[in-house]
Amino acid sequence: MNQLLDEVTFFVLAVFIGFEVISKVPTILHTPLMSGTNAIHGIILVGALLIAAGADTPVNVALGLVAVTLATTNVVGGFVVTDRMLEMFKGRQPAKPTGTPLSPSGRGPGRGA
Amino acid sequence: MSGTQVLIALAYLVAAVLFILGLKHLSSPKGARNGNFIAALGMVVALAATVPLLHFTRAGVTIIVIGLVIGTVVGTVGARMVHMTAIPQMVALFNGVGGGAAALVAVSELLRLGTHAPLAESFPSVFSIVIGSVSFAGSAVAFAKLQELMTGTPITYPRQQVVNGLIAVAIVVFALAVLLIASVPLTFVPLMLLALVLGVAFVLPIGGADMPVVISLLNACTGLAVAASGFTLNNFALIVAGTLVGASGSLLTKLMSDAMGRSISNILFGAFGQVQKAAVGASGAVARSVRSASAEDLGTLLAYSQRVIIVPGYGLAVAQAQHAARELADALEKRGVDVEYAIHPVAGRMPGHMNVLLAEANVPYEQLKEMDQINDDFKNADVALIVGANDVVNPAARNTPGSPIYGMPILNADQAKNIIFMKRSMRPGFAGIDNELMFEPKTVMFFGDAKDSLTKLVSAVKAA
Repeated sequence: MNQLLDEVTFFVLAVFIGFEVISKVPTILHTPLMSGTNAIHGIILVGALLIAAGADTPVNVALGLVAVTLATTNVVGGFVVTDRMLEMFKGRQPAKPTGTPLSPSGRGPGRGA
Repeated sequence: MSGTQVLIALAYLVAAVLFILGLKHLSSPKGARNGNFIAALGMVVALAATVPLLHFTRAGVTIIVIGLVIGTVVGTVGARMVHMTAIPQMVALFNGVGGGAAALVAVSELLRLGTHAPLAESFPSVFSIVIGSVSFAGSAVAFAKLQELMTGTPITYPRQQVVNGLIAVAIVVFALAVLLIASVPLTFVPLMLLALVLGVAFVLPIGGADMPVVISLLNACTGLAVAASGFTLNNFALIVAGTLVGASGSLLTKLMSDAMGRSISNILFGAFGQVQKAAVGASGAVARSVRSASAEDLGTLLAYSQRVIIVPGYGLAVAQAQHAARELADALEKRGVDVEYAIHPVAGRMPGHMNVLLAEANVPYEQLKEMDQINDDFKNADVALIVGANDVVNPAARNTPGSPIYGMPILNADQAKNIIFMKRSMRPGFAGIDNELMFEPKTVMFFGDAKDSLTKLVSAVKAA
């Protein structure tokens, strides 16, 4: 019971933080922000790992395999595609002389997955 | 609590803080890219902290490795190969797989908990199965619509709302059966199938133009499904990250529909299609003539203008014409013409999509003007060059109260001295309504693929 109470507390507080943290977003960032939050819910990979690790029956093995695959796709694809979008924005900042012609574009985040 | 458990809890806390900081940065242009990186770092921390919690079976290790490898390859290749124009459907796809994963995790948990699971664990699982499945199927339909694997126009049939309502009722019945009678495959498999059907049925009647809002909503749903999984698995990281996405995604959905000048319920519940029939019925199908002109004529008009405003729309994006548009702008500037781009907040298929596309074509940042910045300048412009845009310049949004897009903020292209309307055909835009602007005496239509047409104009301008 105690644990459930803790969890509900976290949940409620996180709702408020979620609302607060993006209160003002310029229109041009709506798409990248959607894509970024999309990558974050790929955290379900943690859940997929938890159920897949202990898989012992054929059904659980199948469920675990599919869940880990889908969740990993969500995480990796989500962060990489968001980075690609935001990379474009960087290119048009006129006042930044740091932009060497070819940035190391292979360094997509999410590789840690 | 053992030392390891404390460390894991602290690592999850760090991950949660990184997610929050990441979101914060993602919502301002300066730090957006760093924000994404910070969030990705949070993910790495959360995943690393999970490893000590795993009790591997032999099969478990194998499937995890296989799943990680396949997912990484598919995700990376998909995200890297996709054209910038196809980003919206890619986001839909990545969202859908997340929802699917959440539903499968919940199924697995119900299997583990057995017939008489405590309500505190079975309820979130049921929630996660339903919402995750709706998100999975809905995202798949959104993907198909945007990828034009199926028609982007709303698919409606008689008594659609009733049918959807019945599916929803059936879902509630099976959900109660799982919770109160027995959580066995006989109850939760039908539950999952029904939720998949609902996801499809829910998105079918929504038009292609509204898909961004739908994807954003489904994104928030997946977040909540993930949070629910966190309750079942008693995992702090899932609860916090999932809830963050659920809350911020809901707010973002509202911001997006605000930018389109519509309410969320108006977008979701097929009001669009119904009003549209009334509007079409009123105006009748009177065949009206439009003016069209040759590339040479238009090239001369452009070349001898002082000020040209380009209004890019989704037609430019599908035709991959952003580079051709830039060439035209360069050719005009060489002749001393002022060129600017007027970007409607929802130009393209997602808010901000057009900025991304034009940035890709190296259009200078200063030439991109947001609607509020440029709307008063149209009356001083010699030519408004509309490239594959339609609804965002439709004066009906201002003048016709019965129109489905009435009230949507639009670009004042109709105030320019001349209007060149580049379109593939006379087909109406996503909203499915006629555009009076095409029939204006000062409007010239220029039919054809946006890229070909722009290329023709470039040579015409150079020759003029």
